[in-house]
Amino acid sequence: MTDTSKPENKEWPLWEVFLQPKSGAHHAHVGSVHAPDAEIALQNARDVYTRRQEGTCIWVVPAEAITSSQPDDENSFFDPADDKIYRHPNFYTLPSEVKGL
Amino acid sequence: MCNFELLLINEKAKMEDLQKLEEEFQARIDRGEKIEPKDWMPERFRKQLIRMMSQHAHSEIVGMLPEGNWITRAPSLQRKVNLLAKVQDEAGHGLYIYCGAETLGISRDEMIEQLHSGKAKYSSIFNYPTLSWADMGAIGWLVDGAAIVNQTMIAKCAFGPYSRAMIRICKEENFHNKQGYQILWALCKGTPEQKEMAQDSLDRWWWPSIMMLGPTDKDSPNSKDLMNWKIKMQSNDTIRQRFIDRTVPQAEVLGLKIPDPDLKWNEERRSYDFGEIDWEEFFNVINGKGPMNKERLQARRDAEKNGRWVREAANTYYKKRKEQAA
Repeated sequence: MTDTSKPENKEWPLWEVFLQPKSGAHHAHVGSVHAPDAEIALQNARDVYTRRQEGTCIWVVPAEAITSSQPDDENSFFDPADDKIYRHPNFYTLPSEVKGL
Repeated sequence: MCNFELLLINEKAKMEDLQKLEEEFQARIDRGEKIEPKDWMPERFRKQLIRMMSQHAHSEIVGMLPEGNWITRAPSLQRKVNLLAKVQDEAGHGLYIYCGAETLGISRDEMIEQLHSGKAKYSSIFNYPTLSWADMGAIGWLVDGAAIVNQTMIAKCAFGPYSRAMIRICKEENFHNKQGYQILWALCKGTPEQKEMAQDSLDRWWWPSIMMLGPTDKDSPNSKDLMNWKIKMQSNDTIRQRFIDRTVPQAEVLGLKIPDPDLKWNEERRSYDFGEIDWEEFFNVINGKGPMNKERLQARRDAEKNGRWVREAANTYYKKRKEQAA
């Protein structure tokens, strides 16, 4: 993306677009745009992903700056949580007369 | 053991591995899981998806041309802003799908190049001319109507990025469909000449609209694979029947006559029977011999060429600012 040796003939770099649907909400990934720089990426993302007031804030991130966990490692990567079901609140028998728990 | 035998054993092991991967892949799909871009997938799956998604994206982009033809001549300011917004949506839809297809490892430039060279196809429907204002109505009502039936199905497909793009698109298509129908409704309530214009438009767009849902099942070579992989959830003929069943009563409300003498309600099937489709016309149009194929492709190539200086200027500006900052 940062290689600008021959900018004239190159496709614009790819940016991933994250949109916050309303104030207070998480930003969520909605798609991507091509743009030569961050400023135009933001404008393109606005035109492509918020034509009907779908968002209050946009993040654009160079696609190649994102590191993803690998689907092949999915099981071993996430298995530390597999045997810790006690982290959920579902298994605790409490006195029936107690309130607010 | 000689080297050759070792090689054979090696090859056999590889084949078995591949077969196992394919079986696991199919099992995931059968369980209703979504496939994401970085997941392992058979090469044929990737190829078919790229073909189908790029074709779909190209259709959105080329689809701006027939309607773009009427923006400057829309009969009122309201109609003009509606049509402008619709055409902008089509550009957006093209971009959603291109970005989904890019996750499969093909670049946007490659896809555009395939469109411009004629290697990649786009929907047959956009090779028909828009001769009157009523055609803006017929396109929104029939072409977008057919697209909705198709895309609602694809929204449930097994490839995550395609499915998500379709969900977004389907939300926006209802506006297209209604604005089209309302254009025709206004004409049908108008003077006899206006109603005639609406009828003429339906006469010209009906058959191309039901053809655009694709060849009949027996002539649809990719359908079987696509349905196994849940890229396509229902066959072309099933979707076509659904489109016809929902559209015929809408034509009745307009007081327009669908140009098919064999069209009639079948009480037993709870569906409409319809006449023979002229598939020769469909394949001619797909293969470049429709009334507008040359113009459409030329318009795309010109747009690419005439916009080049903008892309170059933006790149040069970015490069210059980076140098200044350094």
